[in-house]
Amino acid sequence: MILVWLLLIPFVGGFLSWQGERFGRRFPRWVALATMSLVLLLSLQLWLTGDYTLTFLGPKGRWVEEFNVPWIPSLGINFHLALDGLSLLLIVLTGLIGVLAVACSWNEVQRNVGFFHLNLLWNLGGVIGIFMAMDLFLFFFFWEMMLVPMYFLIALWGHNAPGGKGRVFAATKFFIFTQASGLLMLLSILGLVFVHKAATGRYSFDYADLLNTPMSSAVEWWLMLGFFVAFAVKMPVVPIHSWLPDAHSQAPTAGSVDLAGILLKTAAYGMLRFGIPLFPHASLAIAPVAMWLGVLGIIYGAVLAYSQTDIKRFVAYTSISHMGFVMVGIYAGTEQALQGVVIQMLAHGISAGALFILCGEMYERLHTRDIREMGGLWSRIRYLPPIAMFFVAASLGLPGLGNFVGEFLILVGTYKVEPVIAIFSSSGLILAAVYSLFLMQKAFHGPAKSPEKLADLNGRELTTMLSLVAILLFLGLYPQPIFDLSRAPMAAVQKIYGVEKPASAEIAPIVTGEAQ
Amino acid sequence: MTQSQLLALLPILFTSLTVILVISSIAIKRHHQFNATFSVIGLNLALLSCGVSYWVGPQLVTPLLIVDGYAYFYMALVLTTALATATLLHAYMEGYKGHKEEVYLLLSLSALGGLIVVCSRHFASFFIGLELLSVPLYGLIGYLVKERRSLEGSMKYLVLSAVASAFILFGMALIYSQLGTLGFAEIGGRIAGQTGNARTVLLLGGAMLLIGIGFKLSLVPFHMWTPDVYEGAPAPVAAYLATASKVSVFAVLLRYFVEAKAYSYPELLDVLTIIAILSIVVGNILALQQDNIKRLLAYSSIAHFGYLLVAFIAGGPLATESVGVYLLTYVVTTLAAFGVVTLMSSPYGNHDADTLWDYRGLFWRRPYLTAILTTSLLSLAGIPLTAGFIGKFYAVAAGVEERRWLLLAFLVGGSAIGLYYYLRAMVQLYLRAPWVRRYSAPLDWAQGTGGAMVIALMVLMLVLGIFPAPFITLIKAAGLN
Repeated sequence: MILVWLLLIPFVGGFLSWQGERFGRRFPRWVALATMSLVLLLSLQLWLTGDYTLTFLGPKGRWVEEFNVPWIPSLGINFHLALDGLSLLLIVLTGLIGVLAVACSWNEVQRNVGFFHLNLLWNLGGVIGIFMAMDLFLFFFFWEMMLVPMYFLIALWGHNAPGGKGRVFAATKFFIFTQASGLLMLLSILGLVFVHKAATGRYSFDYADLLNTPMSSAVEWWLMLGFFVAFAVKMPVVPIHSWLPDAHSQAPTAGSVDLAGILLKTAAYGMLRFGIPLFPHASLAIAPVAMWLGVLGIIYGAVLAYSQTDIKRFVAYTSISHMGFVMVGIYAGTEQALQGVVIQMLAHGISAGALFILCGEMYERLHTRDIREMGGLWSRIRYLPPIAMFFVAASLGLPGLGNFVGEFLILVGTYKVEPVIAIFSSSGLILAAVYSLFLMQKAFHGPAKSPEKLADLNGRELTTMLSLVAILLFLGLYPQPIFDLSRAPMAAVQKIYGVEKPASAEIAPIVTGEAQ
Repeated sequence: MTQSQLLALLPILFTSLTVILVISSIAIKRHHQFNATFSVIGLNLALLSCGVSYWVGPQLVTPLLIVDGYAYFYMALVLTTALATATLLHAYMEGYKGHKEEVYLLLSLSALGGLIVVCSRHFASFFIGLELLSVPLYGLIGYLVKERRSLEGSMKYLVLSAVASAFILFGMALIYSQLGTLGFAEIGGRIAGQTGNARTVLLLGGAMLLIGIGFKLSLVPFHMWTPDVYEGAPAPVAAYLATASKVSVFAVLLRYFVEAKAYSYPELLDVLTIIAILSIVVGNILALQQDNIKRLLAYSSIAHFGYLLVAFIAGGPLATESVGVYLLTYVVTTLAAFGVVTLMSSPYGNHDADTLWDYRGLFWRRPYLTAILTTSLLSLAGIPLTAGFIGKFYAVAAGVEERRWLLLAFLVGGSAIGLYYYLRAMVQLYLRAPWVRRYSAPLDWAQGTGGAMVIALMVLMLVLGIFPAPFITLIKAAGLN
């Protein structure tokens, strides 16, 4: 039942803050903050109480928490929610990013505050649904449903950045890219369901039933592609990434934080939960291609980040680069790489979210996002530059911070199966250093554009930033609790690869070695 | 005629009675409120009597009509649509200066035609019903006689509808010439052994029938009239045109295909496939640049019937159910969209508020209407939480089941294009227009029932989208055979 609460709270909270606008502008903000804090607390409580050695694909074949009632019985569709370590970590991240998103729009959003929070919370609710849905119909339902609130966030509260094509254009592009690719996934889901029906004679959309559906390799290949394209668009993988920089540069801060922090992670989650387990052979066959696409993303994102002048587009392209690592790690399939993927997702969610919040704060003070207009900010603001320095350093993979752990594990894990790809991927670390230091140099150092001092971070901004600093340090210095949560699900995914490719099974994973 | 046959015919009898009552009441005294109430009560009784199906099994009433679960479901759908249209007409006509009362008469007559079409299992009853459905529409479309666009639309519909009827008649004649029967099931029985010339003539007849029906359903390339007529017709009438008249024709088309075994003619299915693809592509592409919301909805309805044809052509075990679900969700959504257009338009007398410009910043004036229109646009786009998603899901499922990949590819592509114009229209509602001050317009009492109805439609859209199981059970029970 707690899963249903986890799902319902954001929706109810969103509705309350919408209707609560009549009590003043502060009311919706407090409701939204309380809602997301409640989600965060509930998920942390689940963390403390659950037995996370369980996962459905694991040896015991059980979820940590489960909720299952019939929904559309005639088609075998159930309202089936379940949770294991991977889901929980991402839900905790969602709660955290949700709190941040509400906090960072405290002053930025002044128009229609209630409706804004409705959209924000419904989007977050949809994402939580994605992380818990174990019925493919339900998964698709949430996958598409959360697009609408995001569309509104960008289209109504976004910026019309100079030189861009406007926020409505960006929002529409985002929507069409994800919806069209989502429909391909729907075709695949239905294809899988009918293949399953041909084998067993009954309809079912349930994850457990559809696993191990017998099918020919050609069918498996096509069905896998439908899922792969939908996830690749959302990730985003390079040839189909062009919606992301547009969406980021026009979105309000909360929208960018939400987008970079969790929406991109739904794609990686989808691959780990559905793409690979449902279609093991085809996934293995596409793995080299997928990894090279990841490498392409790493390098392309980094090179383009270097040449950006809009600071939000800059962060957007670094996201493409960092998500390239995730792609490589998922398809490398060793346990280290998969553990690295989990840490990388969390760390990138937090560091990119923090960078977007900083972008928003700089915009509030300077009224520009153009890096060329900045310069010398170090002498004009006291706390913001060092904090920005911290997150930029995290983004370039400084040891001791979460991103380093993630990228390092991914590279180590990949090296064992695909050394060439690992070598090419590691160039991403060098390029990251180049573009990050370039940003620091241009925006914060050098001669100040004006001697005038700017307002420093206030208590709210400082608190959010420092808590993020603490979390990133925690991820970097003591990631063991995270590994404990993600070990069972990741070992299960790794086992799929291990079965298909016995050569990689003999590698003794460092991560589990440490844990024992 | 037995008692149970009479009982089965109750919806049709009640509707006929309504027509007579409304004529007499208008003759006795013109009173907008009374006359409207009479027709609404009559149609409601007809709708309630559809519940008789629970006690009376399928009835064959003369060789012409069959009243089974399938017919009851579509009769209920047509009657509900007619009721919704009557409610909207009431709100719309309040501000009209001329005679208002005859709209209800024409509407009830047209609904009667729809009921007969839905029940028909014979070309004769099909044709009678079709004409009874279409002829009152000429009057309804051109009801605002002083409005040029309205008259133009009426003339266009008159001419093209008559041509379509001629095609249908000729097709029937060709089929009759070879088989010597007009009943659907009898045709199905005799058609199997036909070869050579007879087969060619039969195919030709089938093709002419399809052309005529293509006109009525406004499928590409027989769609030219649709945007002009929708634009010219009063908004509630456009709602009726887009829903009841299409739904009843589509329902009988499916019955014909199943009973007359037309699925065994792959040529017909190939032609339908081309029509479906053209409808999806042309409907969606022409909608892209529309600035008039009624024209936009017209093109979108063309595209939607293309999607619906995907399920229809697939024709597998899921097809009847899919068509039922799709039509139900489409009707609810379209009624809500046109309902909002109606409520926006009625206070302005003879001119409908139909350009997107009229809707710019609507959210700041009428938040509830905006919520309804937003929901229906999202539903038309097939986004989860709304009815349209379930409909589209079923259409895709039926297509996947029969492996119609080409059609599905166009469905996916068409939906992606479709998103563009639905979103474009939707975001207009929220963009703050410079001249619009923020205030909540008072809900006019004349619009009270209309407003309640569109709100009910929105709730229905959401319920269908979130908890469709009861409706699906109902539709499953109303399957053919």
